[in-house]
Amino acid sequence: MSALKIKRGASSHSAYDLRDPHAELNETHTLAVLVDNEAGVLARVIGLFSGRGYNIESLTVAEVDHQGHRSRITIVTRGTPSVIEQIKAQLGRLVPVHDVHDLTVEGPAVERELALFKVVGTGEKRIEALRLAEIFRANVVDSTLQSFVFEITGTPDKIDAFADLMRPLGLTDVARTGVAALSRGA
Amino acid sequence: MSRQMTGAKMVVQALKDQGVEVVFGYPGGAVLPIYDELFQQNDIRHILVRHEQGAVHMAEGYARSTGKPGVVLVTSGPGATNAVTGLTDALMDSIPIVVLSGQVPTFMIGTDGFQEADTVGITRPCTKHNWLVKDTDRLAETIHQAFHVATKGRPGPVLIDIPKDVQFASGTYVPPKAARTDHYQPRVKGDIEAITRLVELMETAERPIFYTGGGVINSGPAASQLLRELVDATGFPITSTLMGLGAYPASGKHWLGMLGMHGLYEANMAMHDCDLMINLGARFDDRITGRIADFSPHSKKAHVDIDPSSINKVIHVDIPIVGDVGHVIEDILKVWKARGRKVNHEGLARWWAQIEEWKKVNCLSYKPSDKIIKPQYALQRLEALTKDRDRYITTEVGQHQMWAAQFLGFEAPNRWMTSGGLGTMGYGLPASIGVQIAHPEALVINVAGEASWLMNMQEMGTAVQFRAPVKQFILNNERLGMVRQWQQLLHGERYSQSWSEALPDFVKLAEAFGCGGAKVDNPADLDDAIRMMIDYDGPFILDVLVEKHENCFPMIPSGKPHNEMLLGDASTEGAIQAGGAVLV
Repeated sequence: MSALKIKRGASSHSAYDLRDPHAELNETHTLAVLVDNEAGVLARVIGLFSGRGYNIESLTVAEVDHQGHRSRITIVTRGTPSVIEQIKAQLGRLVPVHDVHDLTVEGPAVERELALFKVVGTGEKRIEALRLAEIFRANVVDSTLQSFVFEITGTPDKIDAFADLMRPLGLTDVARTGVAALSRGA
Repeated sequence: MSRQMTGAKMVVQALKDQGVEVVFGYPGGAVLPIYDELFQQNDIRHILVRHEQGAVHMAEGYARSTGKPGVVLVTSGPGATNAVTGLTDALMDSIPIVVLSGQVPTFMIGTDGFQEADTVGITRPCTKHNWLVKDTDRLAETIHQAFHVATKGRPGPVLIDIPKDVQFASGTYVPPKAARTDHYQPRVKGDIEAITRLVELMETAERPIFYTGGGVINSGPAASQLLRELVDATGFPITSTLMGLGAYPASGKHWLGMLGMHGLYEANMAMHDCDLMINLGARFDDRITGRIADFSPHSKKAHVDIDPSSINKVIHVDIPIVGDVGHVIEDILKVWKARGRKVNHEGLARWWAQIEEWKKVNCLSYKPSDKIIKPQYALQRLEALTKDRDRYITTEVGQHQMWAAQFLGFEAPNRWMTSGGLGTMGYGLPASIGVQIAHPEALVINVAGEASWLMNMQEMGTAVQFRAPVKQFILNNERLGMVRQWQQLLHGERYSQSWSEALPDFVKLAEAFGCGGAKVDNPADLDDAIRMMIDYDGPFILDVLVEKHENCFPMIPSGKPHNEMLLGDASTEGAIQAGGAVLV
């Protein structure tokens, strides 16, 4: 008998509690990260998320200030409130990161995503797809006798809803940009 | 004044301008131009290591014992990948290191060239920041920025990858003052309102405790001085993590000893029962907290840390203070004195009475022997025979490391170099050489286990070549002691792969390396052996054959709270008889 009262020959014992005790408390946040547009900065941010086991639901990045070499990375992530705080602190200490904004808590914000949908079909289905596209204010950016490519802009929810409607009407390909977001007001 | 020079010359010039005196490194194809420049100057000393991992650990020992950044020079490919363990070690323990690595020429990057590796990609997660310099005109400024990033805020390792054509090409040299570093300026002053709220709690607390960490050491000697003043003025008990030993003197009357998994009973009990915990530069590591849900359940907690991401990472605290520990302690003292130096004297007296009760448990006691050297006894004798000297101690990782932390007393900061966060076996021998290079006249001892020591034993060659008289104090139990202890306690006494067969004869090994060596297995001969080791003029390996099945106690088993510690005599003997016969 050992000091821990584990019987000789008993199975091994993990040193750590491996369950996530807060799985049900997860919330979704949209973060805007302003960074120096230098080599490897995106890899640094993504590596931070994968290395520390954080989620990325959507990610967009592009240079927003050519003169100042600044890029804006918009990340939609999920986690408990304390994990979200930790993500912001970890991002904040990366050397090329200038600012981290949590648009979900810093007051109202607008979020938009652009998507392209290819719908292939003829007859009634084709007409129905075009009619629904008008309702969603999607533009036709390419058409053949058998297909449309729709361009749609909106919140991720709106784009999800449009995708659900297009699926039975011959949806073959989707390209989404991920979320771009800005706070409202001055 | 700007000057034109080659990239290789720029590297040497930038190092000189940064005040670098020593570089630990190993040459190779992609850094030959820099080695050529090193050859043609005398200001910077180069220590030729035997393996690049050793170079980084030496730089860590140098940095931890001086407070200055350690500098490493390695070649591309394997040179850089061999440095990865050291970089990760330095990142975990917040040690300022600047690694310069060679790279294949820019036009060959991405072609799988000879000795090419994606060094910035590989080292991105194990450095505080890294750079690939593709333009000689950017090289000098990048090196200056690298020193700035490595040393400011929470210190850490950085790496600069320099392609060979960038070393050959000419460019404009920029001196340190002209380099842009304004973007990275971490906050050092703490929020004075939060500090005032902390002082208010300190005035009424009945069971306060200071819990200090490596941040106090990193903040510099002034922080240790201020900490001593604060502790002595308030009369609060103080404990420290492995990384923070020496910030408050072990002989100080408020010292409780180290806390944590193998910390002292009184320190852990005080952490569990306190009503005010003041964390100064520590990070609630899992070796400290035990089971999170039961960690110090009745206390208000304040946390001072220069890294905002350390705060509320593991333990939710009531008073977060982002700032440099030295600056914050200074402000705590100012506010506390201005408000009339109040403490709860009655509460404190009761608290100390309780702590004295806990001390009576005598948690470090062990069963002495006059036939076989107990590892604890070996360290007690080492302490007795060296404590009056300004000595520097490094360790490897395992049982001997914990015993060293328990049985050796540290009176000053920067005297204790150990791999805390990463737990890197093979750290101690090269680290001891780095310390010795920085302090040529000092007594530098590496407390080692035989298994850890073998991991980087090639560096004895470095010690001999550079006449670094490091003392290797090997507690040889012919086991991976800590692994064996866990297997005994947690894995049904199945000792899978945890003993060392075919160990070398360490005395003959010492002879082969050209240094001193001796073996001791009788407690009666131990003192003479230690004296021989200390007095020997040069590096020395002392092979101390110790009890093979000693366990390190106290121990908070993983997943248990602080007040469920295992103490010394916990039924280890039965366990050994039942399962250990085949091993002896």
